[in-house]
Amino acid sequence: MKTNWDWAVFLQDPGGQYPTYWQWLMSAWGWTISVSVFSLVVALTIGSLVGIARTLPDNPWLARFANAWVELFRNIPLLVQIFVWYHVVPALIPPMKGVPGFFLVVCALGFFTSARIAEQVRAGIQSLPKGQRYAGMAMGFTTVQYYRYVILPMAYRIIIPPLTSEAMNIFKNSSVAFAVSISELTMFALQAQEETSRGIEIYLAVTGLYVVSAFAINRIMAFIEKRTRVPGFIASADAGAGGH
Amino acid sequence: MNLDLSFYNWEIIRTFLLKGFYFSVLLTIVATLGGVLLGTLLALMRLSGRKVLVAPATIYVNGMRSIPLVMVILWFYLLVPASFYEMFPYRIGQNYRSEISAVLTFVAFEAAYFSEIMRAGIQSIPRGQVHAGQAMGMTYGQNMKLIILPQAFRNMLPVLLTQTIILFQDTSLVYAIGAYDLLKGFDSAGKNYGRPIESYLLAAVVYFVICFSLSWFVKRLHKKIAIIR
Repeated sequence: MKTNWDWAVFLQDPGGQYPTYWQWLMSAWGWTISVSVFSLVVALTIGSLVGIARTLPDNPWLARFANAWVELFRNIPLLVQIFVWYHVVPALIPPMKGVPGFFLVVCALGFFTSARIAEQVRAGIQSLPKGQRYAGMAMGFTTVQYYRYVILPMAYRIIIPPLTSEAMNIFKNSSVAFAVSISELTMFALQAQEETSRGIEIYLAVTGLYVVSAFAINRIMAFIEKRTRVPGFIASADAGAGGH
Repeated sequence: MNLDLSFYNWEIIRTFLLKGFYFSVLLTIVATLGGVLLGTLLALMRLSGRKVLVAPATIYVNGMRSIPLVMVILWFYLLVPASFYEMFPYRIGQNYRSEISAVLTFVAFEAAYFSEIMRAGIQSIPRGQVHAGQAMGMTYGQNMKLIILPQAFRNMLPVLLTQTIILFQDTSLVYAIGAYDLLKGFDSAGKNYGRPIESYLLAAVVYFVICFSLSWFVKRLHKKIAIIR
């Protein structure tokens, strides 16, 4: 099969906001990165709270609420959740009416991922020997104190590899935002492909940028894991080996 | 804002939703069967220890897993040549392009994920089993078919089924190429009757009920298998 590459397509003028497709592509990459990073922050914050709530002693109602949270956000497809946030939430909750679409998508992707992160935080906490918790209690720590100083520092180190996969997944999942017209990479791919009929070049560039983003986040997490390692405690290195 | 779901009568369910539901289920089943088959093959290639087999399988699996599914769907839709659709009867080939392309995509994409599950399953079988099979004079094929794969499949069954539930959720992404799945059914019904809000809400509820009951079933199965072992 003979292919005629025409990479000069990126220098053409799309006739809109951007002078060339190249600049549009870079802006789209920026949107992908911002959606992903903001969603990751939301997911880590809520996921940690929900995950911790599921392990708290003597608080069955909080644990039940946290379990329901995880089941709710895990059992609905991401695209449906994005539609609900984008079309339903502003209509049903009046104060959400003027909220920009970007924020709604960040909520959708962040909440969706928070359920998975909550699972990992819970698993990380429960994988610690019970003795650690009891030792904290025996020292006279309050619940907040022994979580803060004893349990969480170890639990987070243990779950860095699955968190790495989740961070890479968020970049991949951000592609679903095209469905509500966020001008990120996939949206760019769809529109530019239609306008230029140079699908292969456009898709190759977009796919390449997704791979680069995922690889970058993988390296950042590997760096964090290396810096936070407790000598002699966690044997496994190779952060997120399963993440690709 | 008043929600009014009353417009969902049997007629709409039949014309909009069932068609999409059938396709979502069909896509899930075909992609699971095809993906497991192709995935097992990929896993065997990666575990064969021969470089000519290991390298392409590794590149394929890691490549697929580092690209967003939406992009894979778009790639297949772009690259599958028109002559492929001509292999189908004329009306099906012309009218169901997106759907045919979606099925191909999901088999190819899920194979990468299933192959990782299969690889973990095969590796979970103790080496002694492999050696015992070899000592009995079994060939590689016999050993795999009679000793290792039956155990690996059983170990991996809960994970395989969980992946199938994720796969069912992911079928909604064929929205990108306009294939008619369950979500598209809700989408069209909502747009046609000017009730998109109720439609999306109902879609969320329906997906939740299906996925929640399936994962409850998998959890039960997991417990059952664990007791037997």
